[in-house]
Amino acid sequence: MSLFRTCPDSGFYFHKSAESLMKVNAVAAAVALLVAGVLGLGVVLTRWQEVHLLDAATFYMVLTGHGINALIFWIIFFEMAILYFASSTLLRCRLAAPKWGWFAFILMIVGAVMNNIAVFQGNSSVMMTSYAPMQAAPMFYLGLILFAVGALIGCFIFFGTLVIAKNENTYEGSVPLVTFGAVTAAVIAVFTIASGAIILVPTLLWSVGYIGHIDAEMYRVIWWGMGHSSQQINVSAHVAVWYLIAGVVFGARPMSEKVSRTAYLLYIFFLQLACAHHILVDPGISSEWKVFNTSYAMYLAVLASMIHGLTVPGAIEVAQREKGFTQGLFEWLRKAPWGNPVFSGMFISLVVFGFVGGITGVVMGTEQINLIIHNTIYVPAHFHATVAVGTTLAFMALTYLLIPVLFRRKVFMPWMAKMQPYVFGGGMTILALFMLGAGTLGVSRRHWDMDFTGALLTFEYAGIAYTMMAIGAIGGVLGVVGGAMYLLVTVGSLLFGEKLEPSAGFLQSFGKGLDASCYSSGDPGRAEAAPAVEHHGSAGFEAPGTFALALLLLVTFIVYYFINWKYLASVWQLG
Amino acid sequence: MTSFLPPSDRIWWKVPVGREEVVWIAIALTWCLIMFLMMPYWHIYGKQNLSNEAYQTTPAKFGAKVEEMIKAHKVRDESGMPVVAPPAGSDVYMLGRLWQWWPILELEKDKSYRLHLSSMDWQHGFSIQPINVNLQIVPGYEMVLTVTPDKAGEYGVICNEYCGIGHHTMLGKIYVK
Repeated sequence: MSLFRTCPDSGFYFHKSAESLMKVNAVAAAVALLVAGVLGLGVVLTRWQEVHLLDAATFYMVLTGHGINALIFWIIFFEMAILYFASSTLLRCRLAAPKWGWFAFILMIVGAVMNNIAVFQGNSSVMMTSYAPMQAAPMFYLGLILFAVGALIGCFIFFGTLVIAKNENTYEGSVPLVTFGAVTAAVIAVFTIASGAIILVPTLLWSVGYIGHIDAEMYRVIWWGMGHSSQQINVSAHVAVWYLIAGVVFGARPMSEKVSRTAYLLYIFFLQLACAHHILVDPGISSEWKVFNTSYAMYLAVLASMIHGLTVPGAIEVAQREKGFTQGLFEWLRKAPWGNPVFSGMFISLVVFGFVGGITGVVMGTEQINLIIHNTIYVPAHFHATVAVGTTLAFMALTYLLIPVLFRRKVFMPWMAKMQPYVFGGGMTILALFMLGAGTLGVSRRHWDMDFTGALLTFEYAGIAYTMMAIGAIGGVLGVVGGAMYLLVTVGSLLFGEKLEPSAGFLQSFGKGLDASCYSSGDPGRAEAAPAVEHHGSAGFEAPGTFALALLLLVTFIVYYFINWKYLASVWQLG
Repeated sequence: MTSFLPPSDRIWWKVPVGREEVVWIAIALTWCLIMFLMMPYWHIYGKQNLSNEAYQTTPAKFGAKVEEMIKAHKVRDESGMPVVAPPAGSDVYMLGRLWQWWPILELEKDKSYRLHLSSMDWQHGFSIQPINVNLQIVPGYEMVLTVTPDKAGEYGVICNEYCGIGHHTMLGKIYVK
C-alpha cells in the first residue's frame, strides 16, 4: 500500500517513502556541507600567506577532507534527493524499492564516515584525487567505494521509478523537462561510477597488498574518467534545478522542449569517457587523442551549456514579458524577485557558472593553453566557480523552495535567507576571480607555503600574487560565512521554523513522516500535461534581453580565449 | 508552468524552434568549431606544443642517465646541489624526487635542448616560474620535450603536484645565460 500526500501550497505530490528518503539525503548533504565549510575555512586561512593558520600536515589533511566532503558527499547526497524528487514527486509515482533506498542511504553514510575517519586519522592526506603511487589507508578507498555503490543503487531506484511510472501510466505524454535533466544526470552517474569502480577497486586491493603495482599514468587516465564526468552529473543536475526554479517562481515554460532536451542529450553523447582535460600535459598520451577527447571535434558539450545558458533565462524573460514587464531590454530582469533567495540563488548560480566557470573551463581544457595553467591555483578557482557557485548555490536555492514544501516549515530568519545567496555567491566569486589571477602568476594549487620555507633554494613570487591570494582568501571567508548562513537558516527552519499545516517535528530530519492523517492511499491522479500555450516560437525575438546577455557572454568568451593564446605565445618555445 | 510538468504538446519534437534559439545555436556552434580548429592550428603554426615523445622507464635507469650527465657537465655546486651546463642542443635531464628537482641546469639563451623529465617516486608537477610552464611528471614515464629558453634569467622550478609533507620545499632551478 503506497501512501501519498499533496502539498497544499505548491501542489507537489509526495510518496511517503520517497519523501522520507529525500529528507534524510538532504540532511546528510547539509552535514557534509558543514564539515566541508569548516575545513574550507582552514584552507583559505592557510593559503592567505599573512595568516598561514595551519601547519603543513594539518593543512594537507584538511584540504583532502574539504575536497571530498564538498565535491563528493555534499553534492551526491543532495543529488540523491533530487533524483527521488524528479522521479517520484514530478511523475506522481510511488518510488521503486524504498527499502533499497534506505540500504543505499546507509551504505553512503557508512562510506562517507569511513572515508572521513581515514582522512582524520592523518595517514590518508592524499587529496581527493589520491594519485598513485601515493597511498592512503585501505579504509579511505573502501569508504569511497561503499559510497559509490550506494549512489549507484540510488540511480537504479530512480530508473525503476521511471519504469513504474510508465507502466502505471501516472503521467501524460513525455516526462517533464526537469525529470529529463535528472535522467541525464543519472545516466552519466552510472558511467561515472563504473569508471570509478574500474580504478578504485584495484587501488583498494593494492593498498591492502593484493596487487603489487598500480601504473601511475593508467590511474590518472581512468580516475579522471570518473572525476571529469562526475562534474557533468552536477551540471545536468543543477541545470535541471535552474529549469525547476524558473518554472516554480515564474511559471516559465521551456522556450523549446526540443532544444533543451537535445542539449541534455549532448551532455550524454559528448562527455562520456572524456578525461583528457586533466592529463593534457602528461607524458605518453598523444596530442591527437587529447584534442579529440576534450572536444570531440566540436565541443558539443560546451554547446549544450551555451544553449541552456540562453534557454533558462530566456524562459524567465518570456514569462516575465507575458506578465507585462516589457519595457526595454531588461525590465523583466530588473523587476525579478531579487529578494527571493530561491530566484537570486539560482540566477547568481547561472551567471557565475557561465561567465566565470564555463569560460575558464574551456580555456584551461584547451590542449596547449593548459601548459600555462595546469596545477596552478587557476584550477581550483575554475571549479569553485562551477561547483561552489554553480552547483552548490543552485542546490541552496532549491533548499529554500523545499523547506516549506517538503519539510512543511516556514523559512526561519527570512532576512538572513534573503542575504545568503549574495554573501555566498559574492564571496565565492571573489575567491574564484582572484585565484584565477594568482594562478596566472604561477601560484601552485595544493601547496602549503608560497615562501618555500625550508627549501634549499629560493624563489619569490611577484608581490601581487600575495595580494591576490589574500583577497581571494577574504572572498573565501565570506563564502564560508554565506555557507554558515545557509546552514543556520536550514537547520533553524527544521528546529524553530513556524510549522505549516500539516507539519512534522524535528524527527523528520531522520526520515519520520508527517502525521498519519496527512497521507492517503488513494490514487494520486495522473500528472497532467502543462496547459496548452497559444503560440510557439515566433518569427520575432521573444527574449531579446537574454539574447543580448548571451552575446555579452560570447564576446567575453572570445576575448578571454584569445588573451590566453597570446599569453601562451609569449613563453619559451616548446616542442 | 511546464518545466516540471509533462510537455503540453504531446508531439513536442515537431514544435518549431524560436528564432533566437536557432541563431544562438548557429553562433555558438561556429564558435565551438573555431575553438576546436585552434588546437590543430597551433600544432602547425604555434611554437608551444608538447612533443608527445615519452618512454617507459624505471627510477634506476633514469637516475643513471641523470648522474651520467652531471658527471660529464658539472660546473659547480650550489647549496649542496650540482649545477650542470650541458652543451647546446644536447639531451639534458632533470629528475623529481621527494623533495628535490635534481640537478640545477644552466642553459644558453636561444639554444634548444632536449629536456628529459621523470620522477623517482611519486607524481610531481614541473612548474617553471615565473614563465608559468607546467608539466605533469609521472613515475615510470620519461617525458622528452625540446625547450628553447628565449630570455636570460634565473628560473624557479616549483613542484605543483602535491607530493607529501615536504611538497612545499621541493624547489629547483634553471639558469639561462
